[in-house]
This record gives sequence, C-alpha cells and structure tokens, in this order.
Amino acid sequence: MAEAHPVGFQWVMEAKRRGAKVFHVDPRFTRTSALADSYLPIRAGTDIALLGGVVRYILDNELDFREYVVAYTNAATIVTEEYADTEDIHGLFSGFNDDNATYDQASWRYQGHSQNQTTRDSETQRETAAGLENESHGAPVGGETERDETLQHPRCVYQILKRHFARYTPEMVERVCGIPQEKFFELARAWTENSGRDRTGMLVYSVGWTQHSVGVQYIRTGAIIQLLLGNVGRPGGGVMALRGHASIQGSTDIPTLFNLLPGYLPMPHHANHPTLDEWVDSIAHPGQKGFWGNARTYGVNLLKAYWGDAATADNDYCYGYLPRMTGDHGTYQQVLDMIDGKLKGYFLLGQNPAVGSAHGRAQRLGMANLDWLVVRDLFMIESATFWQNAPEIETGEIAPERCRTEVFFLPAASHVEKEGTFTQTQRLLQWREKAVEPPGDARSELWFFYHLGRVIRERLATSTKPRDRALLDLAWDYPTHGPTDEPSAEAVLREINGYDVATGRPLASFTEMKDDGSTVGGCWIYTGVYADGVNQAARRKPGSEQSLVAPEWGWAWPANRRILYNRASADPDGNPWSERKRYVWWDADKSEWTGYDVPDFEKTKPPSYRPAHDASGVAGIAGDDPFILQGDGKGWLYAPTGVLDGPMPTHYEPVESPVRNPLYRQQANPTRKVYTHPINTLNPSPPQEHSQVFPYVFTVSRLTEHHTAGGMSRTVSPLAELQPEMFVEVSPELAALRGLSHLGWAHLVTSRAAVEAKVLVTDRVTPLRVDGRIIHQVWLPYHFGYEGLVTGDSANDLFGITLDPNVLIQESKVGTCDVRPGRRPRGQDLVDLVVDYRRRSGNLVHRYPPMVTTDVADSSSDQEA
Amino acid sequence: MGVRSWFEGWPVYRQLTGTDPLGRGAAAKSDGSRALTARTDTADSVARSVCPYCAVGCGQRVFVKDGRVSQIEGDPDSPISRGRLCPKGSASKSLVTSPLRQTTVRYRRPYGTEWEDLDLDTALNMIADRVLAARDETWEDVDAEGRPLNRTLGISSLGGATLDNEENYLIKKLFTAMGALQIENQARI
Repeated sequence: MAEAHPVGFQWVMEAKRRGAKVFHVDPRFTRTSALADSYLPIRAGTDIALLGGVVRYILDNELDFREYVVAYTNAATIVTEEYADTEDIHGLFSGFNDDNATYDQASWRYQGHSQNQTTRDSETQRETAAGLENESHGAPVGGETERDETLQHPRCVYQILKRHFARYTPEMVERVCGIPQEKFFELARAWTENSGRDRTGMLVYSVGWTQHSVGVQYIRTGAIIQLLLGNVGRPGGGVMALRGHASIQGSTDIPTLFNLLPGYLPMPHHANHPTLDEWVDSIAHPGQKGFWGNARTYGVNLLKAYWGDAATADNDYCYGYLPRMTGDHGTYQQVLDMIDGKLKGYFLLGQNPAVGSAHGRAQRLGMANLDWLVVRDLFMIESATFWQNAPEIETGEIAPERCRTEVFFLPAASHVEKEGTFTQTQRLLQWREKAVEPPGDARSELWFFYHLGRVIRERLATSTKPRDRALLDLAWDYPTHGPTDEPSAEAVLREINGYDVATGRPLASFTEMKDDGSTVGGCWIYTGVYADGVNQAARRKPGSEQSLVAPEWGWAWPANRRILYNRASADPDGNPWSERKRYVWWDADKSEWTGYDVPDFEKTKPPSYRPAHDASGVAGIAGDDPFILQGDGKGWLYAPTGVLDGPMPTHYEPVESPVRNPLYRQQANPTRKVYTHPINTLNPSPPQEHSQVFPYVFTVSRLTEHHTAGGMSRTVSPLAELQPEMFVEVSPELAALRGLSHLGWAHLVTSRAAVEAKVLVTDRVTPLRVDGRIIHQVWLPYHFGYEGLVTGDSANDLFGITLDPNVLIQESKVGTCDVRPGRRPRGQDLVDLVVDYRRRSGNLVHRYPPMVTTDVADSSSDQEA
Repeated sequence: MGVRSWFEGWPVYRQLTGTDPLGRGAAAKSDGSRALTARTDTADSVARSVCPYCAVGCGQRVFVKDGRVSQIEGDPDSPISRGRLCPKGSASKSLVTSPLRQTTVRYRRPYGTEWEDLDLDTALNMIADRVLAARDETWEDVDAEGRPLNRTLGISSLGGATLDNEENYLIKKLFTAMGALQIENQARI
C-alpha cells in the first residue's frame, strides 16, 4: 500500500499512531513492510492457506463475535444433506462434473430450498464471468431458511466451516506458505483481539489479489474472517480493495466490460435471456427478498436512456436491440481470436496490452493480425508501435512489410484538458474541472465517441436494414460547445443520474425510478449524483470543515453512503455496539435510522420489523438484516450459490507451482478457465513430470514511481529518472546458487518467453522453507517495455493465460521460471532457448495440466492417502 | 553598500539574530530567492481536479498561466489526501506537459514501414468506414435456433479505467447499439 497507494497509506500511519497494529503480508519486503509492526513473507499464491489458518484459529478458540455472527451472517443457516466437502473428496466439493470441469451447485443449497435460483448453468456462468454481476448484490437465494442459532446443528454453516478449515493448522500454514508459526500466531492473535463491540480490524488488499486462478476465493476468505470478527459494515472494519486506475471502479460500475451493462445488469445471453421478461426475472428472481426485486425498473430505465422515445412498453423498451452473449467474449479470448484471424478491428483506449496484459507476445502477435487498430493515448505506447519495435521484430515473427494491420494513432486529452467524473476506489465520484484546452488534435474520448456515433448515424440515415435501427433510434443528441464541438459531460452525467421524462426533473434516488417508461436513468446505482439538478460530485467542502465521514466532498454510490451495509454498525436492536464504534443507529424517538453516514437501510423500518411469510423484494428484509442486497439478508460465510469454484475457499496451488499441494490431492483450481491454444503453453507442475525445469517462483508488482504498463510514467522525465531500469530482485542465497552478481544481468525463462533484467541482490526477498524444502522466489516490476524514456523487457511476457473462473481475471501474480546469469540471447537464439525449455519440460506438443488430480496419491505428504 | 547592510546581509548573522535559528527559512534566503514568486501566486486560474494515476483519488489543484498548466499541487481541502501527492501525482504537470506527448494524428498504412500524417477529420471518417464495414462483414442476426444475436464479433475495444464515467457511458452506449459486444477494460486484468 505504501508502494502503490502512498497517499492512502497516510491513514494507516494515522491509525498506527493511535495504537493500531499493522501487519503486512507480501512475498517481498516493501516500503509497506518497513512501516508495519510485523512483516510476514509468504510464498506467492498461498494466501488462502494463511487466511484459512486464521479462520480455523477463530473457530477452534470460539473467538468469533458471536452476537454479530448469529444475527447478521448465515452461520446458523442449515445446508442440505447432499452437500459434501473438500474433506470428503480430496479437495473437491460435491457436484463436480468432469466433462466440463464445473460444479453443479445444487448440492450446496440451503436446507429446504428446492433449488438454487440460477437460470444459467455453471459453464455459462464461467464463460460470461457472471461473478461480476454480484459486485453490487449477492447471488440469488431464497429468503426463507432453516436456522439453528445455537450453531450446534452438524449441517449449519458454522459447523461446516469448522470442518472445512480443520486441517488449516498453524503447522500446515507453515508448511504451505513458509510462514513460521510464531509469526502466524502473532497475526491471528492481533486480528482476533481487535474484534467485538468496542474494536474492529480492517483488511486491505491490492488488486494483485485478484490476479490468481483462485482470486475471488482469496477475497472470500478475507470476507469470512471479517464477518466472523464482526468487521463488516462498521467503522474501522471492512475489506478494502485498493484499485489501480483513477476510475477503474467507475469503468466497472458503468462497465466497458463485455458481460455487464451499467449498474451490474447482465448483458443478455442468447439462450437464457431472449425476452425482456426473462432477462428481468433472471435478475430479480420473483419472490426473492432484497433490493434486486426492482430489477425491472433498473433495466427499463437503462433502455429508456439508451433508446429514448423509441423505447416504449409496446416494444419492450427496445430490449431486442441489445446484442447477445453466447459465451466468453473477454479480452483473452479476443486476443486468441486475433491470432486466429477472426477479428477485424480493435480500439485501445488508454490501455497498453502489449506490456500490461499477460503473455505479451500473444498480445503483439494478435495485434499484428488485424485489419485495423485505433490507439487513443497520450503517448506513443508499445501497443501502437508493435509493428515497428516489438521484440518479435528481432525474432522475425513480425516484419513491417508483411504486417497488414492498419494503425490509427489519435492523441487523447489528458485529465486536465477535459471535465468529467472519476470514481475512486471507495465508490466516490469526484468531478474534475477543465483547466486548459487539449493540444493540437488531442481530444477527449467523449468527443471521439460522440462524433464517431454522429458520423456513423449520418452514414446510415437512409438505411432500411433492421440491424441499423438500434443505431438510428439511439438517443444521441448531447449538446456540444466550443471550437471543437466538445459534448457536454454534465449532460451525460445528468442522463446517467436519470430524470423524469415529462418534466426533465433529475431524480434524487433510484427509489424514484418507475418501470413504465416515465423515468430515464443510465446507471441506477449512480442516481442521486445529479439530485436537485446539482452536480453533487463537484462538491468540495473542505475536509477540515466536516466530520470524518466528509459527506459533502464528492458523492459516493449508492445514495452517498460511505460505508456499505452500515446497518451492521448497530446491534440487532438498533443501538450502537458501543460508544466508541457508534456510526448508524435507530432513533426510537423519531422512529428512524440516523447517524454520521447515510443509513444503508430503509429509513423508517424499525429493528423489530419482521416480514410476512410470503413477503418479497425490499419488504422481505427484516429489521435486523443488514445485508439488504442478499436474498436472505445475511453476510455469507458460506456461498450456497454463485461462486463457481466452491461455497467456501480452498487452498489450491497456482497453476504453475513447484510444489505438490500439501493440503489435498487436488493440485490446482479444478474449475479454472483454460485456453488450449497453441500459443498458450504452460509450465508443468506436480503431479506432472518435469516441473523441476522451472524450479523458481516469480511474482510481479508495482513501484511507487511507475504506473501500470508505463504509458503514463516511463514517458515522464522525473519518474523515468527515479526508476530508470528493469531489474529483478533476488535473494543472496539464490544469487549464490545461480551465479548472479549484484548489478549484473540475469534472464528469466518460462515456456512463453525469456526476459532480461539487471540483478538486485537483496534480502527483501527471502528463501522460504515450504513442505520440507527451500523455495526461492524472485520479484520483478511489470512496468517496462520498448517505448518511452526508459525501456526494458516486459515482465508480463513471462506469463501464460489461465483465468479465475468467476470473473475471468488472469493469474499474473505467480508463475514458475528458471533464472540464469547474463543477458538473454537475441533473434533466433532467443526462440531456440524458449523452445529448448519447452522440449526439456515435455511440452513441445502441448500438454495442459490435468484439471483433476484427486486420483494421484503420489504427494510425499498426502495426508489423505 | 554600507558595512551595516553588508553585515546584516550575512546569513549567519540573520540566523543568530532573527526568527530562524535553524537557518532553514528566512535566514538562508538570498536576494535572488527573496525576489522569487511562486507560480501558484501568479496563476490566471485554478481548476479543482483529481490525480489521474491510482484509484485513491487525491485532490489536485491545477494552476494555469497564459493558457498553459503552470503547476499542479495537492488540494489541502481533500479529506482523502489532505494536500498530499505521491511521486507520480507530483509529476502530473510533467505528464500533461511532456514533450513526448503526441498532439497530431499518426497513420500507419497496411504493410507500411513508417508513420504518416493524417487529418483528424479524415481519420474519424476512415474509422467510421472501417467500423461499418467490419460490422457488416461479421454481423450475426440470429443463432442456429433462430434466437436473436444482434451482434458483431469482428470489432473489439480495450480500455476505460483511465477515462471518465461519462466517457465510459458513451463508449458502452455506442458500441452496444452497434452490436459490438467485445468491450473490455483494465478491470479484467
């Protein structure tokens, strides 16, 4: 956090100054470690084993915040007797289907529920990254559950959790992660001691956590701990995701993502959502409790925002215009399709996949096989010049005179040359004023897409083709101003907010939305940002003149709430858990919720409210159910549906690992997304043979002085000067073992690429004792490429492509490699080196690691055998 | 110059007799530095902005002089950042004024070995031509069972996390209306 989010880290230091204890877990000792009270080096890819150890420590010692856990989580809920655990099946859950490597989630359901209310099968959910839809709400589940609030029923979630994590002992944590037991106990004690009415603990992760084949389950494990300790919905608690781009949250909320529409509505699937009604029902689940009961309203308002007057009740608000998914249309599938010649045109909008995405060579070869490419950026980035300067030029794989891709480079306006909102990592929208005009041909994306749409619509004006109706009927009449005809960002924000069609009055809240076409709203969770016709995101009341919550600085979705699920900051009766942790509470005199923040609850619903037996939607949520977007109103320790790789997290080894999984026979995530394409070669891992060809673990992350793929930092002279060179950090022990010298050169080899770097011998990376042997890890920054003021090989070239099944994010924080002294070879010799490694690892004809390894009992430490 | 003013101009004297015993401020100032004025004092205008790098969302004040960015500083009013910026945020002025910034359209024709110049309006129209052609060539009306698809898999787009919400909104709206599904951004990686 001190490295990549330094200004945010000031609050950690503030907390430390007031007595908080700070723990830092990282494969490498960083600037964060230097300022923490305790640093735990960890083997990359083993966080679930560590956190699972903490879960076991909590449950074994009954250190959970029992009152919170019983009332607010699903700990008491009873699960069907069909459920079988990883304890029973060598690391698999019940319902595994060998044919397509997915789970049938039926046996994970709550007792008494006939079935889980998911219309899409697990394979379709994986292909369409359906997990992302849950960013603003839980997966569908019925509200009526059987509960045992004594937590003694053998099939209640609490007991299931206890059995599931029973083998995550401190000894096992040490064996898997390489973390000494005393360090583990120090962490577990501090975390559990900061729990209860008076105390909270906070978990902070950066998005490196998501870049694993089990990334979603990493975060689930953290959430389980935070729920068990009563750290969700309370001040000083939470699971804080530190995201890495100025508006990466905003571009997820208003998604430039294939599987979502604004506000986490799913992009329709051809088989499951042929009509508006079926689409709406698949989101709302008629009869289900919670705010998603209003899905029809959110959907109709979006369609009205898209197609304006053309969208009417008679034509299902132009639902038929929406394109349909048939499977995985994500960025990695696209790149493989480019290589196979299936894609014609590609836009790059401030993103640099030649450096920033996994398997750089695949990215570059894909772009070299397009009809046309449009790059919009501030600088001439690697993804614009691959035809000229890519490493593949040297190997002869790309030659300009044979590369047919037509490239348009269009200069973009910078953040000070346009106005608009960023959404930062805590869901806070902040409006930026425009300071100056963009130089020369530089334009905002708002300009480019507005005018591209205008030109396209003019071209099609006389078209009678049905396919062109969606473009011609599009509501695309934004006011423009200035010499370049810049569209009004404020007009777009107003449409995103939503308004009443008849009067034009901006909506104050999504609860004002109607499902009859009389209101319009482009992103329901953002409704309120333009309440009263005022740009609430532009509010700048100084922090020094406000409470700590600072509600008048910018605007946070939803409804300007700064802490989600903050009903949980009060006890079931609505009183603050303690004076010290007072935040939102029930004011009995006024009969309403009140507090320092906007209550995340219906304002006048009393704590004593109990829904009628058949109540659905918002009315189905009880007065003491804080998790109002979950079907059962509870925080999920156990996910009865919706998490494709299991109802609870399980430690699986990274897809590329030098180690046989010490916990189960099942080696890696059995449901991971695999691409069996000739370019996507993977290093072997146990129980496969030849894993010793790639004996070392490598991981990558950011430096304070650089940003992502370097397009905004290697081009900026002060930053380029501060970190001028690609380097690799190795321990003194590994340096001695491999003959590497400090400030000399080394190269790393995987079955995709060889990458060279200057050697930094340092004890910031340390050999770890894992399962009885020493594992060496090396670390590299991933910022470098072949353009800019400072250049170097790209670390992401080393990675293959394997994705988390829930959200289709790649495993690019851990892999295996060999480390060799000296610079890498050039030209054909480089190709030969990589091919030789593939030959030695038995991977010349493509072999992919088996999905299921439960029949292989060859692990020297297989406790189940 | 009299002896007295010469003596009083000596920094050590000022340090020993003045209000700056550690010699870190007024005592150490030369006539030259005394005459300097901060760029922030002489700006024509100030824009309230937000740092473009990571997602913490630190407040920035963008100072403008003669139509150019003259300085970017942390916004002390921000309850998030309290005026602080990290090395990247502090380098924002260098980012937006970098001589490496491209300010004209560049074009590389198929099999070309060099960049060429292109007029912005021409480029916009050429791109519109190509989008429509690719869409027509790869259009899918229905699936094998006759269910609607309404899409093209011939066009894709990547990026959005560095852009504004309003921009992402228009990008998604236009691509969705043209049936282009394969829209992705940094949140996937």
